[in-house]
Amino acid sequence: MATTMITTLDRSSRAAARGLSDISIRNLFIIPTVLFLIVFNIFPLIYSLGYSFTDFRASTNAPANFVGLQNYRDLLNDPYVWSNFAITAKYVIISVAGQLLVGFGVAMLLNRDIPLKGLLTTLLLLPMMLSMAVVGLFWKLLYDPSFGIINYALGLGTFEWLADPKMALYAVALTDIWMWSPFVMLLSLAGLSAVPKHLYEAAAIDRAGPFYTFFRITLPLVAPILMIAVIFRTMEAFKTFDLAYILTSQPTTELISIRLYKMAFQEWQTGRSCALAYIVLIMVLAITNIYVKYLNKVKER
Amino acid sequence: MRKLVTSMLAGIGLTLACGTSVYAQEKSLTIFWAEWDPANYLQELGNEYEKETGVKITVETTPWADFQTKAFTEFNAHGDAYDLVVGDSQWLGAGSTGGHYVDLTDFFNKHKLSDVMAPATVKYYAEYPGNSGKYWAIPLEGDAVGWAYRKDWFEDPKEKEAFKAKYGYDLDVPKDFKALRDIAEFFYRPDQKKYGIAIYTDNSYDAMAMGFENALFSYGGELGDYSTYKVDGHINSDKAVAALDAYKELYKFTPPGWAKTFFVEDNQAITENLAAMSMNYFAFFPSLINEASNPNAKNTGFFANPAGPNGDQFAALGGQGISVVSYSQKQDEAMKFLEWFIKDETQKKWAALGGYTCSQAVLKSEEFQNATPYNKAFYETMFKVKDFWAVPEYAELLQQLNQRIYPYMIGGEGTAKETLDALAADWNATFKKYGRVQ
Repeated sequence: MATTMITTLDRSSRAAARGLSDISIRNLFIIPTVLFLIVFNIFPLIYSLGYSFTDFRASTNAPANFVGLQNYRDLLNDPYVWSNFAITAKYVIISVAGQLLVGFGVAMLLNRDIPLKGLLTTLLLLPMMLSMAVVGLFWKLLYDPSFGIINYALGLGTFEWLADPKMALYAVALTDIWMWSPFVMLLSLAGLSAVPKHLYEAAAIDRAGPFYTFFRITLPLVAPILMIAVIFRTMEAFKTFDLAYILTSQPTTELISIRLYKMAFQEWQTGRSCALAYIVLIMVLAITNIYVKYLNKVKER
Repeated sequence: MRKLVTSMLAGIGLTLACGTSVYAQEKSLTIFWAEWDPANYLQELGNEYEKETGVKITVETTPWADFQTKAFTEFNAHGDAYDLVVGDSQWLGAGSTGGHYVDLTDFFNKHKLSDVMAPATVKYYAEYPGNSGKYWAIPLEGDAVGWAYRKDWFEDPKEKEAFKAKYGYDLDVPKDFKALRDIAEFFYRPDQKKYGIAIYTDNSYDAMAMGFENALFSYGGELGDYSTYKVDGHINSDKAVAALDAYKELYKFTPPGWAKTFFVEDNQAITENLAAMSMNYFAFFPSLINEASNPNAKNTGFFANPAGPNGDQFAALGGQGISVVSYSQKQDEAMKFLEWFIKDETQKKWAALGGYTCSQAVLKSEEFQNATPYNKAFYETMFKVKDFWAVPEYAELLQQLNQRIYPYMIGGEGTAKETLDALAADWNATFKKYGRVQ
């Protein structure tokens, strides 16, 4: 079965003249990648699973003791870790929903014949091309209550975007929405332009209203590609670190990845942080699986 | 194909050979520190050493935020990228018990450094465990938290009059925490975009702890008993509770958005005309008397952390000692550098360059105390400083402190007593986990 997938080598090609067979060329391309994955991904993954059952600390010379499920038990009983997960969930929902709304909305606006459409689209993509850290530093200045331009423009006086524990998470999510809506917009545009025009013509002949057209034609046909955007953005939002870390240090914005970073590289609780990383991994896998199942369902329709 | 591989291998070999031969010809030492002005001064001092001995000194730096992470990543990997490291005082426990630092006890005793350096710096930058007589670092940069203030605001006759009318005593450099609070309240005028005071609130590393310690120690409170690791009854004592309330009270008079602030923001409070008084490490004061970095340089004064209600006066210790990394291949060279560094004339040079020497002789000299507007306050402070825990698990203790105190300070959750009781329980659990208490 697999061999039929490979195009056979042209007998007169240079590779064939050098005596390389199909199999060896395939191996030449695949083996380095597989090795790379094993050394840098698979091996650390398995190794850290081992550590997650120990009280190992990378900062000391003390030998690692096997503690069984102690780390997992402690973490799942730690109210701070639970609050980190709750904050992360809230952040993912706000941020992904916001990006979906803004991104898809802008794509709908752009999906028509307007002058300078190409230039406009490119300019709108700019935020996405910046580094997370740079965006964080800039938005910290924009949000500043004393000299930030946001309060000035909106006439909010000295409203404390980042210092107010209740507002800070929304402020971080807002920045994330600003940065990643263009990504959703790009995917939506691709989806929208793939909707056959004759469907709209048929709807127009039948005198369908704009809402009916949107919910019965546009949305169902763009849904699969929107789902892909949601999967990507959810995974990314779940592991957000830099943006939130740079913008604020409120306990109400301590996402799970920030907790993990502190545990692993400030406190050097290597064993316990490995366990937490595994808990996060399992959660992301579970969420992604649900999405993928749903995506397949949407595609089947 | 074969030719290509051979020539590539030859090329790599040649590069390596060249690299190592250059390496062997030139003697060099790499010192790792955080990215700030004192590191530049140390580089200048290192250049002097190169002139005298021919050994090249490179001071490698990284921003404060990942200083700890980067240093320990290198230690944990047993890397020899750094021969010496100027590590935070809290690292002593992790550095010594983890085998990352070379034991400098013999060196210390041979040169009688306990008498040469200021006692607090020996105790907190060099010795671990406390009172053990084992030394792991040479005090290099003395530092503590002090205060900068706006002389022009304080000396304005109208302000003086208004202050006296309101509080019944003269407006002057605060002698105690009550005066500190009153002055902060007095200058807190949001309608004029003027605020009372700038303090540390960042909870990502030790900023919050250092700020709170300033109040705690002056109020006569303690973090715990450093020899028995008993915390209950210390960190949640009545004095500690009063200190936390006093520190939270100051937060009311800070500029808006003062919820993630450390040394950068606190210096900005002075340079940007935001606050009347600002807490900061002495190490960051040089830029406040420099007109290029502070438009108010002429109008900036300095004072030592004020006393508490019972007259106790202490300050939180910053600063670092220099340690030899045990994975370094050039430990002998590193020791030679240290021998040179502790000489009196080197210490004098170090102070002249802008470094905060820990040498008692230099600190006590008139010349040093009159060299800058803040040196006298620094000298006074360095003999009454206290520090955070230096145990290997200090980062967990810091994290627990941040987790408890920050929501109370900034979010106004719970009471000071509840906060500190919870912190005492957290710390006790951590010490239990590492077998320090039963």
